[in-house]
Amino acid sequence: MSQRSRLSIIIVQALILSLTVALGGRLFYLQVAAGLKYQNAALSIQSRDVMTPQVRGAITDSSGIPLAMDRPGMVISVDRSTIDKLPDKGAAVLAKVAKLMGVKPNDLFIATRLCGELPIGERTGCWKGTRFQPIPVTRSATQAQALKVLENSDSFPGINAQPIPVRSYPSMAGENASHVLGYVGSVTESDLANPDGGYFRDEVIGKSGLEYQYNQYLRGKPGIKTVTVDRKESITSQTQSSKPIAGDNLVTNLDARLQAATEKALKSSVLRSKSMGYHADGGAAVVLDVHTGKVLALASYPTYDPNIWQQGLTQAQAKSLFSESSGVPALDRPWQGMYAPASTFKSISVVAATKAGYDMNAAYNCPATVQVGNREFKNFETKAQGHLNMQTAIAVSCDTIWYQIAYDEWVRDGGLRPKSGLHDYFFNAAKSFGIGKLTGIDLPAEASGRLPNRDWKEKYYQANKNYYCDYQNRARKSDLTPYLIAIAKENCTDGFIVRAGDAVNFAIGQGDTLLTPIQMAQTYAAIANGGTIYKPEVARAILKPDGTVVKEFTPVVTGKVDASPSTFDFLHKALRAVATSGTAAGVFAGFPIHVAGKTGTGQDLGRNANGSAKDDTSWFASFAPVEAPQYAVIMMVSQGGFGAEISAVGVHDIYAALYGVTGSTVDPKKAIFPNGIPTSIPRIDAKSAKLVKP
Amino acid sequence: MTIFRTRSRSSRIRENFNNFDRVLTFSVAALLLIGTLLVWAATKSWFASQNLDPQYYLKRHIVNILIGGLLAYLTTLIDYRLLRAYTPIVWGLAVLGLVAVIIPGIGTTVNGARAWISFPGGFQIQPAELAKIGIIVGISMILAEKRDSDKNPTDLDVLKALGIAALPIILILLQPDLGTVVIISAAIVAIIGTSGAPTRWVVGLLLVALVGGFVAVKAGVVSEYQVKRLQSFVDPTADPQMSGYQLRQSRITIGSGGVLGKGLFNGPQTNGRFVPEQQTDFIFTVAGEELGFLGSGFILLCFGLFFYRSFRIAKRTNDLFGRLVVVGVIAWFAFQTFENIGMTMGMVPMTGVPLPFMSYGGSSMFANLIGLGLIQNVHLRTR
Repeated sequence: MSQRSRLSIIIVQALILSLTVALGGRLFYLQVAAGLKYQNAALSIQSRDVMTPQVRGAITDSSGIPLAMDRPGMVISVDRSTIDKLPDKGAAVLAKVAKLMGVKPNDLFIATRLCGELPIGERTGCWKGTRFQPIPVTRSATQAQALKVLENSDSFPGINAQPIPVRSYPSMAGENASHVLGYVGSVTESDLANPDGGYFRDEVIGKSGLEYQYNQYLRGKPGIKTVTVDRKESITSQTQSSKPIAGDNLVTNLDARLQAATEKALKSSVLRSKSMGYHADGGAAVVLDVHTGKVLALASYPTYDPNIWQQGLTQAQAKSLFSESSGVPALDRPWQGMYAPASTFKSISVVAATKAGYDMNAAYNCPATVQVGNREFKNFETKAQGHLNMQTAIAVSCDTIWYQIAYDEWVRDGGLRPKSGLHDYFFNAAKSFGIGKLTGIDLPAEASGRLPNRDWKEKYYQANKNYYCDYQNRARKSDLTPYLIAIAKENCTDGFIVRAGDAVNFAIGQGDTLLTPIQMAQTYAAIANGGTIYKPEVARAILKPDGTVVKEFTPVVTGKVDASPSTFDFLHKALRAVATSGTAAGVFAGFPIHVAGKTGTGQDLGRNANGSAKDDTSWFASFAPVEAPQYAVIMMVSQGGFGAEISAVGVHDIYAALYGVTGSTVDPKKAIFPNGIPTSIPRIDAKSAKLVKP
Repeated sequence: MTIFRTRSRSSRIRENFNNFDRVLTFSVAALLLIGTLLVWAATKSWFASQNLDPQYYLKRHIVNILIGGLLAYLTTLIDYRLLRAYTPIVWGLAVLGLVAVIIPGIGTTVNGARAWISFPGGFQIQPAELAKIGIIVGISMILAEKRDSDKNPTDLDVLKALGIAALPIILILLQPDLGTVVIISAAIVAIIGTSGAPTRWVVGLLLVALVGGFVAVKAGVVSEYQVKRLQSFVDPTADPQMSGYQLRQSRITIGSGGVLGKGLFNGPQTNGRFVPEQQTDFIFTVAGEELGFLGSGFILLCFGLFFYRSFRIAKRTNDLFGRLVVVGVIAWFAFQTFENIGMTMGMVPMTGVPLPFMSYGGSSMFANLIGLGLIQNVHLRTR
């Protein structure tokens, strides 16, 4: 053999050896190095989970009255693996079911098709599950319809009727509570993608409110049957199965009757405001236990029927939930809406002024206007009140006293050129109350409100200076007035500076300050209890279906207001004077419960969609009884008008329900909590619960 | 020669068996045995679920092996040097078959390639398999002719050899069966390289293959389904239901076997028929899933052993013709194995070639075992 020939063979041999080694290397990678990845991929191809829905836990009020619960519904389902084997692929039996249900046969046909089986564009209403899972075509079948299917199973091959749990909101005390309870819906692709969720396809989960917040407890666990399928999705073997586990029950601090009364008071206040010509586009009302932060009632207006989510939203319903013209019913105003606190903020200013050394028993001048720099700041309705002591000044809500104090303190802090060692009494008092921070209420997507102190000013300036420095080009034409242009110029050069106007506006709760209603309630609860800030809590306890306590929620203190007891004493007296001789005296005249509170009428410089100026925000923030405070009750009606004539009346009605007041007499038997706010955890028997109390 | 004549027939058979390269025989026997089990595993539960005979494929596969084994044995009987006489007949039959395949009504299209001739009774023959043998023996003959000395083949010899290969290759391209063309080309280059022909031929042919392949794809000579297969090789998600799907499923099936495998007949991917053509082109996925890394690694080892022993035979023979035939057959098996297993593991684009000695299919089994017979034949006559 020639040398070259031998060399050639060796080359070919080496080449073929390397090919074989390459195959071996790849084989090692696939089966050993990356074997686990491919094993998982294979499992997801071969196995399918068939779900048996579980019962979701009930949400009850503090006495065990169910606010949300699963009730038995009747599902009629179609088994594709059976009907596909019929000679006509189930056309006849589907037509029969359609007739029984009173729907169009074509709708039923589409409802029982996998989405992939239908051409793109005709998939609305298709089945998002799998072929071998019974496809529910209605969850609200009547007893008669179900019986007809079950008794004539021969003529309904592949059709089944069986009871399943359906979420319902029984409204036993006439309460609605849709915002605080939230709603449930099917898991979405993004829920499924969430690694912490551990959700199953076709599972029903909480989407908002308490249903969302406590979903991990309420949801329970569906029964899962894992089956192995082949390429044609027919079952080849069943590998494992688990029984459905019912979810835990959630006991809240809410009281169904108080909730109903609060909603009613809020609604009538909004309607009264509307009848007086205000826009009154929404409102919120909160009742807190001032010693624990328990949320006893939480109302938002406008509202909606929480049951519509279960029946399937119509296009019109979905639009209305988020439309401006219907007042955005989906908005959770008590903890997501932010409003200027106006005069209710003066309670905080009192704390600031005492810290700054002002004598609360001295008399101060309440002129019609105060000159601050080159601007004149007017008293409410430009009325001069003469010299007033501070208590009366609070009662009649004099603004000019606060302008003067705030201006003086601003000057002392250096004015436009802030000194080092700033006192910032007003900003610090607000901060001490937790303004601008989340209250921590156990409800999703809380808004924090806004504390426009120096830090905020700086951040806001950095974010917006480009706009102000290019105002002529970037603003709307209608906003190019000489006044606004001048302001923009000011904001461009030194917008981070707290000006005199900012300081005086801050003292009366105007300007950039914003609070959510729940924050207002937390603040007044702290004033009532002597300065302890509690986290508002809706949840009381989580109970297993058998009644054992899984988790109990105890009061959480989140802060302490930096103020002396004498300051709170003064505030209690001054706020009581509001209801006896001040702005709310008319509303509470002769009322047997000694309410202390503060009216607020907040200006909103914004405009409505139709271009009209926004009406004032009506506030009343209160606590009672003043001699031994127990409840903080606040109401806010956005664009509602005066605090006294709208919200104070609503708050009055809530107290009346709370204490069982008719006219000027108290009937303790009609009170909501004749034995005090419940402290023990009730037994839950959602199915046979009855409203035992009046 | 006189000794042969005086011996009885049975003792001659025994003599042949004893003189075979045992390691070679063993490695092929192991592949045949494992292949048989895998064909059975790939089809058993599938046919059972269709209420068909679960042993249908098993039985036919065994019959194929028996026939193939007989052909291999017959191949070893006649001195391979005398086989040259039959080469023109094999070549001619292959070309006739390849022409017949293209004629509508005679050829049958499977998976996009018109590669089969159907006979009554369900028999199908794939002439391209026969053509592989015809070409390998044919060009080996031309390149080895007149040279028992150290004289190397001339350019003219190489041209003649290429001429012999050209007609069947063109016919196979028309089917189109690109995978087989690649295998035959690899065998041709290996033979020419080993023959001592000028090196420029080897380099030139490799260049032509590269440029030709590129131009073919660009100019659209390659049919649409082949381009798709190529695309789905580059991006398996491009065509998830078709070629991409097959490649993905194939890789997952092999990978899910892990080290030890799911056990014979127990592969859920195999039993669920997620991989297509599992008893033929994708037989290796069954090994991957059910026998794991140990089992499928053993298969690779058997192939490796087979190549190693065959090369040993090629090196030991002093006869150029014999050596060229052996090298040609090795290159054929090696490239076909690489193409097939590489495809199931997502290393090379999808082509429809069976795995030697393992895939179900008569024509390919016969051709493979005849190839084995040729190697043993050369071994027997090397003294």
